[in-house]
Amino acid sequence: MEWEAVIGLEVHVSLSTKTKLFSGTASVFGAEPNTEANIFDLAMPGTLPALNEEALRMAVKFGLAIGAEIGKRSVFDRKNYFYPDLPKGYQVTQLDFPTVGRGSLAIALDDGSEKQIGITRAHIEENAGKSLHEDFYGMSGIDLNRSGEPLLEIVSDPEIRSAKEAVAYLKKLHAIVRYLDISDAIMAKGSMRCDVNVSIRPKGSTELGTRTEMKNINSFRFVEKAINSEIQRQQDILEDSGTVIQETRRYDAERDTSSPMRSKEFANDYRYFPEPDLLPVEIDDAYIDAVRATLPELPDAKKARFVNEYSLSEYDAGVLTATREMANYFETVACGSGDAKMAANWVTGDLQAVLNKNNWDLVESPIQAERLTMLIQRIKDSTISGKIGKTVFEVMLEDESEVDQIIESRGLKQVTDSSAIESLVDQVIAKNAEQVQQFKEGKEAVLGFLVGQAMKLSQGKANPGQVNQLLRKKMM
Amino acid sequence: MIEKTVAELSRSLSRREISSVELTKAYLERINRYNGSLNAFITVCEESALTQAAQADTARDNGQTSPLLGIPLAHKDIFCSSGVKTTCGSKILHNFTAPYDATVVSRFKEAGAVMLGKTNMDEFAMGSSNETSYFGPVRNPWDTDRVPGGSSGGSAAAVAADLCAVATGTDTGGSIRQPASFCGLTGLKPSYGRISRWGMIAFASSLDQAGPICKSAEDAALMLNTMAGIDTKDSTSADVPVEDYTAELNNSLEGLRIGIPRQHFAEGLSTGVEQAIQEALNVYRELGAKIIEIDLPNNHLSVSAYYVVAPAEASANLSRFDGVRYGYRCDSPVDLEDMYKRSRSEGFGDEVKRRIMVGTYALSAGFYDAYYRKAQKIRRLIKQDFNSAFQQVDIIIGPTSPHTAFNLGAKTDPIAMYLEDIYTIGVNLAGLPGMSVPVSTVHGLPVGMHLVTNDFAESRLLNVAHQFQQNTDWHRQRATAFTEGH
Amino acid sequence: MAFDKTELEKVAQLARLHMSDAEKDEVAGRITDILALIDQMQSVNTDSVTPLAHPLDVTQRLRPDYTTESNRRDELQKLAPRVENGLYLVPKVIE
Repeated sequence: MEWEAVIGLEVHVSLSTKTKLFSGTASVFGAEPNTEANIFDLAMPGTLPALNEEALRMAVKFGLAIGAEIGKRSVFDRKNYFYPDLPKGYQVTQLDFPTVGRGSLAIALDDGSEKQIGITRAHIEENAGKSLHEDFYGMSGIDLNRSGEPLLEIVSDPEIRSAKEAVAYLKKLHAIVRYLDISDAIMAKGSMRCDVNVSIRPKGSTELGTRTEMKNINSFRFVEKAINSEIQRQQDILEDSGTVIQETRRYDAERDTSSPMRSKEFANDYRYFPEPDLLPVEIDDAYIDAVRATLPELPDAKKARFVNEYSLSEYDAGVLTATREMANYFETVACGSGDAKMAANWVTGDLQAVLNKNNWDLVESPIQAERLTMLIQRIKDSTISGKIGKTVFEVMLEDESEVDQIIESRGLKQVTDSSAIESLVDQVIAKNAEQVQQFKEGKEAVLGFLVGQAMKLSQGKANPGQVNQLLRKKMM
Repeated sequence: MIEKTVAELSRSLSRREISSVELTKAYLERINRYNGSLNAFITVCEESALTQAAQADTARDNGQTSPLLGIPLAHKDIFCSSGVKTTCGSKILHNFTAPYDATVVSRFKEAGAVMLGKTNMDEFAMGSSNETSYFGPVRNPWDTDRVPGGSSGGSAAAVAADLCAVATGTDTGGSIRQPASFCGLTGLKPSYGRISRWGMIAFASSLDQAGPICKSAEDAALMLNTMAGIDTKDSTSADVPVEDYTAELNNSLEGLRIGIPRQHFAEGLSTGVEQAIQEALNVYRELGAKIIEIDLPNNHLSVSAYYVVAPAEASANLSRFDGVRYGYRCDSPVDLEDMYKRSRSEGFGDEVKRRIMVGTYALSAGFYDAYYRKAQKIRRLIKQDFNSAFQQVDIIIGPTSPHTAFNLGAKTDPIAMYLEDIYTIGVNLAGLPGMSVPVSTVHGLPVGMHLVTNDFAESRLLNVAHQFQQNTDWHRQRATAFTEGH
Repeated sequence: MAFDKTELEKVAQLARLHMSDAEKDEVAGRITDILALIDQMQSVNTDSVTPLAHPLDVTQRLRPDYTTESNRRDELQKLAPRVENGLYLVPKVIE
């Protein structure tokens, strides 16, 4: 039987506010344990929440970016459960009236077409702290620095049909929140986390199968692997006439398998009710318009503009707009060098390869936009050849000097002096009498070989156009 | 001197008839003498009180004046006070030294008042007799076999026995007004949001409100002047301008429309109390007020709705007491679950546990609509009843409690205890300001009259209470066993 | 509505309260009485009534995003039953 997967994602994004969602405690990654846990964050008796305006603004910004309905009246609720990393014994979240309502997001499929993935909602909530399981006399240690940080939980419709689509969706979300500058969204650091819901059904069926959930998967690659592994597991069960159990499973990336999480003695009952320490949040059109005015150009719009303005292919434009940093880099190089085509080739080709090879972020690249711009300018003004350009690029990775200095100090400047070229050409003609004869007999193709010999002799520095011209002239 | 009102003491202090240090010493002496029999204080801050008193005297020498400068007062032990043990009447906080000041506490510090100590209370403010305190019951100065009312019983007993000039309390269902009534005092529960709840240990967030327990309505106005106001730390504190609450105290009551709810003069009200209220109404008639019968048709449902809303909110508010970051933790827990369950079960008393259970149940899957949502709808009806009443009248008057103070141990059935607050609870559900004013005694025990006005009409409320006190002297009556020289 | 022992155990677990078997019957009885009091609400039809969650009919104020708290870890951890290396210690957390 042919099966179809039905996948929904719940993505938690840490909002990059300066302080926590409900307290004026700093919210900076990597501080010493519990140094960012003050009286409210520790749920000291008598403390009360005060809502961070920036967290609200960021949520609205996200909502506008995905074309969502903005909740003009959102309500915070308490979600009750006991856990040592949850100081109040309840998490403040938004159940029925989230700040961001229904929206959608487009992902590109392999065949080049586009698919809209519906976003059910996105709500603001508090992060929990961390339980450290190293052994402290057989006890766990609790660090509450993260406790109370603002999160945006983005819930997709179950419209994702494969692991690949899931990753495309995640990457798109990642790009959007980074474009919006509302989160650094680094999965490895936990500032973007993903819960995956998977079920399968016979292709063509409209009924939903029993779903399982996998929580807190922390890389794009693992999301892909976890989904594929879960689809396979469910398929094996169903083809063996078994039944899938609705449960939460833990994915083990190392062994590429998942196992059910310890089922609690009693099922959780979160006893949600409206948080009485907070009042409904109301926002008006003027507020929404003001936030809208701060929206940057988003990936899709930027891509379309790159195709139009710089005559790039859809593919190149897609690669160049994947992150805001990459797009800015490209535009700096394209405008500075006056050659968008060449800029695109360098950025998507050589630069991208180097980043991938070294696992660098763009900011970590030793070749920043200004230097690449200079390199392209030097190729365009014939100071160096395109081929030497590659050499210079390699050197630039190791050597922080100015491009011109590198060219100068390593003697990579293109030879355009006609007497020097004449001497090269004369040497080639003298050494290759046979080929010269063939050319004279009309075998044009030989010219390429002779030019190559001259270039080799010049260690690539001779201007190939000039060599070509002079060879022709001399062999006439 | 110690029997005087805050207004009177304030005048004596400013005329240098007495210093704050002398006054503070006098109260501390009385606390030493009588607290053993009354159990009104959980913590007495002798040293810091004397320091604060000396500072107040110096400040006065330096030309500072403020009605509360140098006035010795006590705070209910529900208010966090930095560096001072704050227990909320519970074993679970028996060792908790608050790391910060409640807004109420810091406002009194800024006003130069002297904090004598922290008063006993029903555990987490859950009770109407002050018998649920981990630190033992408080006794009523009028008759030490009787309860002072609750939950602010320690504050009421302390003021009634002149162990302090005035005290703070909190009121979630009647916890200021009922003890004020039982102890012959003037108690004010302001509108919800009038006073910041920051630092006030939460029982039921949408109902809790701080207020003063005093010897007169004028004192209540002076106290409210210091306590009221918006606080950025409490999102539910109201952005409503703070008036000078003493300004309208002497307004005439000519033409005042007083509403008498039929439902508050029905079955269950003792004849002595009813008579006392009727006589008080005659005073108002003489002052030119009109008495109009009104209906609060859903009042009988207020206790039911309250015992859903308050326990539900409390069940979540009290989850933070888990033995992890502060407070009581059980001995050698075998695992995490054991730590939670034993810390909480050993740390909380029976009444608190009962309410946590009821609240947890009311919010649990399948019952939310039948209980919590239903209670919120009833809450709307109760609010609407008051809204329509205030279309007709300026103030509503009735009894604070169905009877006078009862004996310790007399009410073992929780339900009987819950019904103590039948006249006061609706006011909390609606968020309105309410007051209790002493109007008589029956068999030597004080009777309280309950006054309610519309949202944020505290000035009117205080005016009506003050005018009664200008024309009677019930508020001057003292518990004889503890009067000076006795 | 009867509040039996099973119900009581479920609720006690949710609320993380321990009850001895001896206590259970008494507590269940008390709660049954309280629920009977509460159930008086059911006598009124409220189908068309909007719930009132809060007495204040106003909206949430917003707090500017700047730091107002400083690190007080050492002082605050003095209040804790058990700490080590700046961490709050609890019996092993099993996920």
